[in-house]
Amino acid sequence: MTYQEKKSIVTLISAILIFVSYCLYMYPQFPEWGLESTETFRFWGSFVLILTLVTIIAHIIISIIFNIIFRITTKEKEPSFADELDKLIELKANRNSFFVFIVGFLLAMGSLIIYQPSQVMFMILITSGFISDVTGSVTKLYHYRKGV
Amino acid sequence: MGKNLVGNHIRKLRFNHDEMTQQQLADKAGVTRQTIVALEKGNYSPSLELAFRIAHAFNLPLEEVFFYGDNTKL
Repeated sequence: MTYQEKKSIVTLISAILIFVSYCLYMYPQFPEWGLESTETFRFWGSFVLILTLVTIIAHIIISIIFNIIFRITTKEKEPSFADELDKLIELKANRNSFFVFIVGFLLAMGSLIIYQPSQVMFMILITSGFISDVTGSVTKLYHYRKGV
Repeated sequence: MGKNLVGNHIRKLRFNHDEMTQQQLADKAGVTRQTIVALEKGNYSPSLELAFRIAHAFNLPLEEVFFYGDNTKL
């Protein structure tokens, strides 16, 4: 298995672990009072911002650890650049990822049309963000293994 | 994906060039080893520029490294 395949798997697993553990951490803090109160919107705002920050920092740390372990175990140096195949796969992954997120965004807007509470809209948005991230990683893994 | 019509003799040529490793060829062609792996497996059709760079790495004309369709003879 090459560096890119291993990295795609690590990114996929870390994305799932970060999201699930963050949700489990935030779940008890969910405000129980008024569904449309300012505090509820503040909760969702901080949920998204902190999740973004945590995800970026965790991905950087995991990437550094992965590179160190890769160098030690394989005695190979990780590629320092992205060639044409990497860029092509990245484009395909981004396309699929954006498509999933846009579908989620439209579903979230649709939930408001059918008078669902704003929590449902936020949940759909956040979930679609997570699924789009997973879709991007799965697309990369698929194309690195099966070709373009 | 199974629909690549551009084939190549890279594996055989590497063997004939003092058993050149995939990494050595990748360094000469300016790509990652993953790309050489994908090319050898027939999972990727390279750009024209990369095809020329690989042919140059073997000091061979393009048509002796790559072929179109089902041409397996070298």
